[in-house]
Amino acid sequence: MSRGTLYDKVWDRHTVTTLPNGQDQLFVGLHLIHEVTSPQAFGMLRERDIEVARPDLTHATVDHIVPTADQSRPLGDDAAEEMMSELEQNVKAAGIEFDDPTTGNQGIVHVIGPEQGLTQPGMTIVCGDSHTSTHGAFGALAFGIGTSQIRDVLATQSIAMDKQRVRQIRVTGELSEHVGAKDIILTIIRELGTDGGVGHVYEYAGEAIESLGMEGRMSICNMSIEGGARAGYVNPDETTYEWLRDTEAFADDPERFEELRPYWESIKSDDDAEYDDVVEIDGSAIEPCVTWGTTPGQVAGVTEPIPDPTELPEAKRETARRAQEHMRVEPGETMNGYEIDVAFLGSCTNARLSDLRTAASFLEGRTVHPDVRAMVVPGSQRVKAAAEAEGLDAVFTDAGFDWRDAGCSMCLGMNEDQLDGDEACASSSNRNFVGRQGSKDGRTVLMSPVMVVAAAVTGEVTDVRTLPEVTVA
Amino acid sequence: MSDSDADAASVPSIDRVSGTGVPVRGNDIDTDQIIPARFMKVVTFDGLGEFAFFDQRFDDQDDRKDHPFNERRFQNASVLVVNANFGCGSSREHAPQALMRWGIDAIVGESFAEIFAGNCLALGIPTVTADEGTISELQTTVENHPDTELTVDVETETVTYERGSDDQSTTLDVAVDPAQRTALVDGIWDTTALMKSNEQAIEQTAADLPYIQ
Ligand code: SF4
Repeated sequence: MSRGTLYDKVWDRHTVTTLPNGQDQLFVGLHLIHEVTSPQAFGMLRERDIEVARPDLTHATVDHIVPTADQSRPLGDDAAEEMMSELEQNVKAAGIEFDDPTTGNQGIVHVIGPEQGLTQPGMTIVCGDSHTSTHGAFGALAFGIGTSQIRDVLATQSIAMDKQRVRQIRVTGELSEHVGAKDIILTIIRELGTDGGVGHVYEYAGEAIESLGMEGRMSICNMSIEGGARAGYVNPDETTYEWLRDTEAFADDPERFEELRPYWESIKSDDDAEYDDVVEIDGSAIEPCVTWGTTPGQVAGVTEPIPDPTELPEAKRETARRAQEHMRVEPGETMNGYEIDVAFLGSCTNARLSDLRTAASFLEGRTVHPDVRAMVVPGSQRVKAAAEAEGLDAVFTDAGFDWRDAGCSMCLGMNEDQLDGDEACASSSNRNFVGRQGSKDGRTVLMSPVMVVAAAVTGEVTDVRTLPEVTVA
Repeated sequence: MSDSDADAASVPSIDRVSGTGVPVRGNDIDTDQIIPARFMKVVTFDGLGEFAFFDQRFDDQDDRKDHPFNERRFQNASVLVVNANFGCGSSREHAPQALMRWGIDAIVGESFAEIFAGNCLALGIPTVTADEGTISELQTTVENHPDTELTVDVETETVTYERGSDDQSTTLDVAVDPAQRTALVDGIWDTTALMKSNEQAIEQTAADLPYIQ
């Protein structure tokens, strides 16, 4: 059993009571909701004649179904319009703040929380979305929940949960050039497996993690769930506080910041904290990573051969064989040179300002391959506006990328942004499941933003380190 | 609160589930496969049953493919038998909702993704586990004898079935997560009702948190 970790401390501070079923009832500090998983929960509440307990601690956005080309109402897709109006009615009736697209604050739920300063250290945060783990980057305990649990939270501002084991993952050393947060998390999932984290919360630590900015930490915590861990976190530090200071939660209220800081310091894992286990990964050995299969654990370095299923542990063979058939790759080949049709730069993993900056600075002076359909979907309206203020949109559009409005978009293809037929997509998102990007024959290759740009430029998966330098006039 | 008491009283206890089985083989079957995202553009869960495993069951022309959920002999099955890491990926409760509305009342597997298992519990669907060998034996039995009646006993943590010329009874040991077991057996899996009765303690916890205003 762990002791003295951030997880233990935040858990204890939020425990309301132990329930008769043995689970703990945890108070929820922030409940984020969106249009796909909340309507049924509001429906259940109405059936039971229960009111939303803490609308003040609930915050809504719309992201999964919003179109990214034309957001004017009514939305072109009737089903999407119905979900949008349902959300509008629910939040209005309950008095919940809602970042709809006319506010300039709309965006993917895991992008808007942090950028508005809603996400803070030492909080418990839940949302009906598995990538809620993202918010752990701030030292919050953040979990994805199902619709019945959303009902619980709306009704009681608390959630019933079992306490889990805490695994510390130490990523040591310095990352090499063009290797970033996405490559770290893909490596972790590859090493520990897509179910390695079941029953665990991941604490990410070590110099390679600490040297990352908040956005990189968010990319890592975001994909904890792809590794089977329901939550992942990084202990708060000066980097965290810097970010918070600039958000509207504290920019005009520095006193509040000083008031809360001792709490944030107090919930950090102790130096002598005990973990259920500790895993160490050598960050300096990580190279740009890509997926070769149809689970986020089927990962190889871009220059590394795709494994032979017969040489894998038995439990993984059949999945690997089917994945290779779907992706049309052969063992022994590398992913370097794998032809792509679409480049997607977006999602709650990698569509924040720093992702767009890194991608744009690499793209400058290059052009998208004529056979590639390339799009950038900023994570939020604020990210979009900030990028435009810096002229990043021009870099993307001049090179041949489509510059779109904020939303989940082709991460899961619930709006019109989808793969067509068996198109292959270089994607900065987090899931390469069969059918994930809207076409069941579509082929998704997950990679970092800069690798997406490299693939967009050459028309194939490309080791970004081998592209010749360009001089920008 | 009288309301929540009434709710709590109406939650049935689920000691055991009986019915014929349907095997769906493969590790890492994610919720995108169980219910593709395009079927989630709905504001209620009604009608999701027919879309369970849709892309595994139908091709682009909507012609049927080979899938146990398409086979006539499994149409009345209520116990799903799966392999490892079933229900991984997205947290969508649409996945267990689709399975439940198709007719599934219990799932036996090597392992389950956590959010998925939690979502199942919220619907009163047990997710019980056994080792690879046991699962494989069960899947083979169900495939060869689809009319075999399985009893998933949550309380005693067993799966029992009768088969063979002399209707010999076989009992397999399975595991049920302790919290899930208590919740199902004691009929306290409706957590809304359970938690709502602690309103004072909720307020007290909130008042002690420096960040809650
Ligand atoms: S961007 Fe993708 S992973 Fe993130 S919330 Fe949207 S659909 Fe989910």
